[in-house]
This record gives sequence, structure tokens and C-alpha cells, in this order.
Amino acid sequence: MSANCPECDGSLQLNGVIAGEIVVCPDCGVDLEVTAVTPSLALALAPTEAEDWGE
Amino acid sequence: MSLRASIIGASGYTGGELLRLLLFHPNVEIAQATSESHAGEYVYQQHPNLRKRTQLQFVSQAALQPCDVLFLALPHGESQKNLDRYLGLAPRLIDLSADFRLRDPALYQRWYGEAHRSPDRLAQFVYGLPEVQRAAMRQARLISGVGCNATASILALLPLVKAGLLRGDQPIIVDVKTGSSEGGASANPGSHHPEKSHSVRAYAPTGHRHTAEVIQELGLSNVHLSMTAVDVVRGVLAAAHAFVQPGTTDKELWRAYRAAYNTEPFVRIVKDRAGIHRVPDPKILAGSNFADVGFDLDPESGRVVSLAAIDNLMKGAAGSAVQAMNLMCGLEETAGLEFPGLHPL
Repeated sequence: MSANCPECDGSLQLNGVIAGEIVVCPDCGVDLEVTAVTPSLALALAPTEAEDWGE
Repeated sequence: MSLRASIIGASGYTGGELLRLLLFHPNVEIAQATSESHAGEYVYQQHPNLRKRTQLQFVSQAALQPCDVLFLALPHGESQKNLDRYLGLAPRLIDLSADFRLRDPALYQRWYGEAHRSPDRLAQFVYGLPEVQRAAMRQARLISGVGCNATASILALLPLVKAGLLRGDQPIIVDVKTGSSEGGASANPGSHHPEKSHSVRAYAPTGHRHTAEVIQELGLSNVHLSMTAVDVVRGVLAAAHAFVQPGTTDKELWRAYRAAYNTEPFVRIVKDRAGIHRVPDPKILAGSNFADVGFDLDPESGRVVSLAAIDNLMKGAAGSAVQAMNLMCGLEETAGLEFPGLHPL
């Protein structure tokens, strides 16, 4: 199964994943949640901690 | 195939890096390394990292013998004075200095403030940045080295130029932070430790000579470099501030950067949403020929900050020169250049 990263549009080839699983985009390193595997693979950004050096 | 390579001006920092790379290159034997001020000394006396790796001794230029490839790692102005003699020593030549980077004598005059001594030779050299000139470099016999700050600036901007995403009505400002080894092995009052240490010194807010290379290689006219020396030994970080066409999205930028660099052996796109290494940082590139490139887009204003990090002595000088030799001599492009850097450092 393949899908594009919602962050960088990179192509991910994923096999054997299940809904709710967290995968990592090989291009931009973002954590992605597998939100569906049927009828097609769907990915969404998983929450990530932001960097803040502004204090 | 084993090439016999010699280095003129091998006691400086770029000469030392050339020695380090070529000593372990699978297709090269170092024939001679010259230094007028250190002739007779073992090279490890100037480059202590090479102790027990070679018993090579510096020789004077007067003792040079013909070889297959000649590297010139001389101070600015020396190559153009003696080029004809050097060309008599080798069929292939790579000059790491700034002497033959610009094709147009008028551009040289404008940025270097003096007339070139061998203006007829300028057009015979190919600018040695493979990401821009690879095809020409394969056919070349004379290649100029690259400016380290120019390399970082060009690599930061190249994807945007290739994809036609830049707005022509806006200037491009490249803020470049540099390490102290850019200044070479000779000391000056500004490099004195109490003066240099812990300083952040804007040494060329305008008018830096490497700007000319960026103009030439990218075909841009409205690009401006600002140089700041920071308290590191190796490394360049170029932050190019440019404005892209209205409506340009992050994904379009990703596609442009991938199109420019996915097949490049020494350029990596670094734009991570997670972890502590989200943007290019020259620290992890010390000793490596890799260039890390990343970007960020402010969608409201259309400002892109495109970042490129390199080791100035490697991708910005000796590493690029060896990459150039590999291409010019039909060798594997990555030969002798696979070291990925150190972490932590």
C-alpha cells in the first residue's frame, strides 16, 4: 500500500500496518498516524512537540 | 586505475584536507606535495592528523615532476601568475583558489578590484560545483574550485531557481555564518585568540567576493550576501531569504527540493518535524563532503528561508575538488568521499 505524506508529499510504501499505528515519513521525519487502511491507506499528522527557544 | 596526483601549496588547510582525502582514495597515489616554507619537512609536521599515515615530505615547486592531476591550493592570485608553467606539468588541473572561478574578466575586475592576469584562460575553466556543472566537469581538463560561502549560497537557492519559484521583483538576501578556518592557516590580528574567541563578527555585511560566483552560476542579478564569522572552526551555514510566487505551498517547495537533490550523492534534504536535528547544521558535517539543505516557508508573506550547511574545507573546498577530480577522470563520483561526519562532536 502506498500513500503520500500530508506534510511533505513524499511517497510512503507501507505494508502490514493497522489503523492507529504511528509510522515515520522517511523524507521529513514526521510522525504519521495511519487513520485507515481500507478502502485505501490514509495518513494524518500525529501530534509532535514543537521547539521553542524564545524564552 | 591509479592516478598520480600532486598538490601545490599543500601546507595550508585545504592542502591538508586534500592530502587526507587523497591518501585514502582508492584510485590515487600522491606523487608530490609542495610547500616553499616547509620544504623538506614531513607533511605530518603541518598536518598532525596524518602522522603514521604517510612519510611524504614537502618539496619545493622547483622539484615538481609531471603527474596526471595537479591540484593548486595556493593563496589568491598565485595560480593566475604561473598557470602556464603548471599546465606543463599535468594534463588535468584543479585550482582551489578564486583565480579562475569567474568566466567574465569584467566580473572579476568588479569583484576583485584588479585586472585578471590571464583573462584569456578564464573561459577555459569549468566552475567545479557538480550540482550545477556536472556534465561540463566530465568533459573538462581545467576546473576551478568553489568558494565555500558561494557553495552554501548556491545550494540553498538552486532548487528555487530550477523550479522557477522565485519572484523576480524581490531581492534575495543570503545571511552566511562562517567558521574561522575559512581564513586559512595564516594568522592575522583578527584571528588572535583574545579577539576572535566568543565573537560574532559581521566581517563583510556587503560586497563579499563570493557573491560573484552566486550571480554567475545561478543567473541571478539581485542577490546579496552578508558574512558573519562565528565561533566555530569548521562550517558554513547559509540562510537565503527569498520571496516565492504567491500561493506557493510547502509541498511545492518539497517537490522542488526533491527534484533538485534526490539524485545528488552529496546533498541531503533536512527538514524534519521531529527530533533535535530539524534543520541543517554544519556541526555534524565536519570532515564530510555532504551538504545539508532545508527550508521553511512563511505562507503569509511568501518568504522562504532556504538553509544550506557544509564543511567549508570539504564541500566548500577540498572535498569538492576531489569530487571534481573523480568526475573529470571518469572515476566513481563518490570515491574517497564517503565519510559521513561525526556525531556527537
